[in-house]
Amino acid sequence: MTATTSIIGAPVDRIDGAEKVRGAALYAAEHPVDQPVHAFPLQAEITRGRITGIDPAEAMSEPGVIAVLTHENAPELASAQDAELAILQSPEIAFHGQLIGAVLAESVEAARRAAQLVHVGYEQQAHDVDLHPARPDLVKPELVNGGFRTDTAEGDVDAALASAAVVVDEVYTTPQEHNNPLEPHATIASWTDGDLTLYDSTQGVHWVRESIAAVFGLDQQRIHVVCPHVGGGFGAKGVPHAHVVLAAMAARLVAPRPVKLVLTRQQMFTIVGYRTGTLQRLRLGSDAAGRLTAISHDAVSQTSRIKEFVEQTAVPTRTMYAAPNRRTTHRVAELDVPVPSWMRAPGECPGMFGLEVAVDEMAIACGLDPVEFRIRNEPDTDPSTGRPFSSRNLVACLREGAQRFGWAQRDPAPRSGRDGRWLVGTGVASSTYPVFSMPGTRATIRARPDGRYRVLIGAADLGTGAWTALTQIAADALGVEMSEIQLSIGDTDLPYASGAGGSTGITCWGSAIVDAARRLRAQLPNGEPIPDEGIEVTGTLPDNPYAGQMAMHSFGAQFAEVRVHADTGEVRVPRMLGIFAAGRMVNAKTARSQLLGGMTMGLSMALHEHSVVDPRYGHVVNHDFAGYHIATNADIGEIEVDWIDEHDPYVNPMGTKGIGELGIVGTAAAIANAAHHATGIRVRDLPITLDRFLT
Amino acid sequence: MRPFRYQHAPDIGSAVSALAEAPEAAYLAGGTNLVDLMKLEVAVPDLLVDVRELTSDRIEAHPDFVRIGAAVTNSALAADPVIRRRFPMLSQAVLSGASGQLRNLATTGGNLLQRTRCPYFQDLNTPCNKREPGTGCSAREGFQRDHAILGASEACIATHPSDMAVALAALDAVVNTEGPRGPRAIPLVDLHRLPGDEPERDTVLEHGELITSVDVPQLDFATNSRYRKARDRASFAFALVSVAAAVDTADGVVRDVRLALGGVAHKPWRATDAEAALRGAEASVEEFRRAADAELAGARPLPGNEFKIPLARNMIVGVLSELSGVPR
Repeated sequence: MTATTSIIGAPVDRIDGAEKVRGAALYAAEHPVDQPVHAFPLQAEITRGRITGIDPAEAMSEPGVIAVLTHENAPELASAQDAELAILQSPEIAFHGQLIGAVLAESVEAARRAAQLVHVGYEQQAHDVDLHPARPDLVKPELVNGGFRTDTAEGDVDAALASAAVVVDEVYTTPQEHNNPLEPHATIASWTDGDLTLYDSTQGVHWVRESIAAVFGLDQQRIHVVCPHVGGGFGAKGVPHAHVVLAAMAARLVAPRPVKLVLTRQQMFTIVGYRTGTLQRLRLGSDAAGRLTAISHDAVSQTSRIKEFVEQTAVPTRTMYAAPNRRTTHRVAELDVPVPSWMRAPGECPGMFGLEVAVDEMAIACGLDPVEFRIRNEPDTDPSTGRPFSSRNLVACLREGAQRFGWAQRDPAPRSGRDGRWLVGTGVASSTYPVFSMPGTRATIRARPDGRYRVLIGAADLGTGAWTALTQIAADALGVEMSEIQLSIGDTDLPYASGAGGSTGITCWGSAIVDAARRLRAQLPNGEPIPDEGIEVTGTLPDNPYAGQMAMHSFGAQFAEVRVHADTGEVRVPRMLGIFAAGRMVNAKTARSQLLGGMTMGLSMALHEHSVVDPRYGHVVNHDFAGYHIATNADIGEIEVDWIDEHDPYVNPMGTKGIGELGIVGTAAAIANAAHHATGIRVRDLPITLDRFLT
Repeated sequence: MRPFRYQHAPDIGSAVSALAEAPEAAYLAGGTNLVDLMKLEVAVPDLLVDVRELTSDRIEAHPDFVRIGAAVTNSALAADPVIRRRFPMLSQAVLSGASGQLRNLATTGGNLLQRTRCPYFQDLNTPCNKREPGTGCSAREGFQRDHAILGASEACIATHPSDMAVALAALDAVVNTEGPRGPRAIPLVDLHRLPGDEPERDTVLEHGELITSVDVPQLDFATNSRYRKARDRASFAFALVSVAAAVDTADGVVRDVRLALGGVAHKPWRATDAEAALRGAEASVEEFRRAADAELAGARPLPGNEFKIPLARNMIVGVLSELSGVPR
């Protein structure tokens, strides 16, 4: 199954493209429902304390207002195990903006207006939202996100650093950042005879069903989740957040009428998770020849007190470069803050900023070219486990990228490039992302004698092209044209699928489809025709016999040209190149788009994104698109994306590795390294704003 | 958004009368700022009087001045051939602001009256003297990156957000109004106020006073002018610092100059100290720097916006050098 066919790898146009362009593709809030009630959330205006009273009278007297939902009339939940989701069960407030209720009205305008008229009394307690590394109360978590070990240690880092010819010992920081998918989070909820239907913008309909079933104590079969299209998620829609529970609670209050809840952009800065800020101390030791002897990465991040989420910042450092002495640690500050969650490549993205800038600093300190330094420290086997890599083509990416980017013509001296008032520099950084697999996915194929195939799987398309790629995979596996495949996704009535997370979607869903196709062929030996009554088979995601025996990761190399204005410090990135090695690409067009999007988001992280927390009030000050800057078209220059041909027979039967997150990893470091080359100024704290370069 | 009444007035006089009788009423033109503030309930007018069709949407070129109707859109103003030829900095300033969609709707009169983008002003959950007098200034000890370094007070450090107004300040524009007490002509540099202890008042306009047009007096050397804006993103961001300048040099000497700064104060900041230092001075980087330092000597930055001083200085020197043909 690893051979490239005419379908797999082809740059097939999105099959849902026309539907989207016409506006016919339904997003969560657009599903037609009868007489919806509109819900507008109420949010805590203090950061820690309790509600002493809620007076809904004035809100209730507004025209069109139906009800005010608060902890005083909310249904009791069956499970409070997930404290993020167990809302309205008490008057306690754990963070600024926490959901404390909703106004239900005939129009969204009336609900929003009346929300201002619900009078809430508070008893306020002192709060603490300040993440800094000198805190004496940092906690060592049991595990970090992804189930990774909190700390690792091999050899004697301190001794190696003490005897190293060259040492880099610096602190790198990344700020709190928020996912801002184009489609805001939205849910329509309705109860019919005790059954709950949710139209929800989610990365996984079955994940929503599991969570909400647990919260409400329902049999999973009584919950139906529908989501054919998603306008982006980046992790924010990976697990359901509290607004989904709020919508379901509100719908119970007004059943059988459905409730529609669409978060405002401002509300998304509290409710749907965020990338925690990180503080990373990197210590690297090298011998005189530029071979790393010690790598130490100590990461600090924050979590909400009510639910632990620990960014796995130092995890990629365990795998990237060879060195006999190695150490990684994670510590977390438990604060009165909203619950952090996934944002495109949690861990790898901020962690590789620290590591790849430190590596750049070390290469320069050793007098070596940064590309050459990385190649010199390439490990033979996975440094953290000793296992062989199923495939590892980082060196090939670095070499190919360097050649295409014109790296050889580079004068390594900082401040050596100039174009008028612009200082010009170039930089490089590596990317990596693990090959994960999530259990449980099943896919059903129904074959009819007319040669048509229905493929049924509860997968999600975040806008990345899953509709198209899964159709390609099914057509290829069945040996038919794409037009013969009718795919259904995004519905819990379909076979169970794991969510779109950890860059696993196409791999898990596609493998189950391939498995189903094999079973179908097995039922029709020697090319027998499909019987009149048709055939239905269900495939599963097969166990990987190489799991636990091999290290499986994707890699890439990113190159950036950065210009910094000598007068103003303005930073521009006219040119980037990303060369990736991520197994087999299913659709060259959508794959390119995903990697390009990842690099664009990485540029945005490098130059702009920063959720500014005001410690006095405990909230994000710049909680809108005027204040929270995301790269616009004008910020993006020429981005070239390509990949090297990589055949990995060990990762899964299709040889795919996942690309949703790989593209963002390393971009910020490449830009920071290029900015240093341009200016001689080393920026170790994101974002890289103009004030860093002013003199 | 609070419920409100909406009405068209048949003429300017009726519009002014309508507001005279309604202390909480507001004029609506493009609505690109006001409607946002109403959604946030930062602005809570009980009556909107639509004036978009009451004032002129024409740009009239006279030998001594150009009159810009208050209803001229930002897009039309920036594209106007007379403006582009006579006052390039004004066209550049308008184009550097907002987005294409907003510029298509926003008007000249409304642009001058847009309110600060201070995030605390826009957030009902935080104290703000500008929104609720007497509650305090959250920005002073909070997020200060976008805030004022010149002319601020204990009560308020907000900046005026307009780019257009900075160019108009440099050009000695005059704002024509109709109000309850008749017509007025207000020099643009006097239209906006420094915050003092009344930051809730952005301008010297009385309630119900309507901007009808803006006159830009002819300034021959404004053909040699430029608007330079530095911000945290290449587009669709407010100025950290902006510089509007026009320079007239002869024989290596600055004969005359117009200079204004944006992003540094509660109002478009006409750099009169720098102008005084420049007139008659040698056109050189050293003199430009001296002039910039003279203007910025009065700057009182906060920890979060100290960078605006070197930024403003470098930008003044850069723009003046370019306009004067001084090599760097």
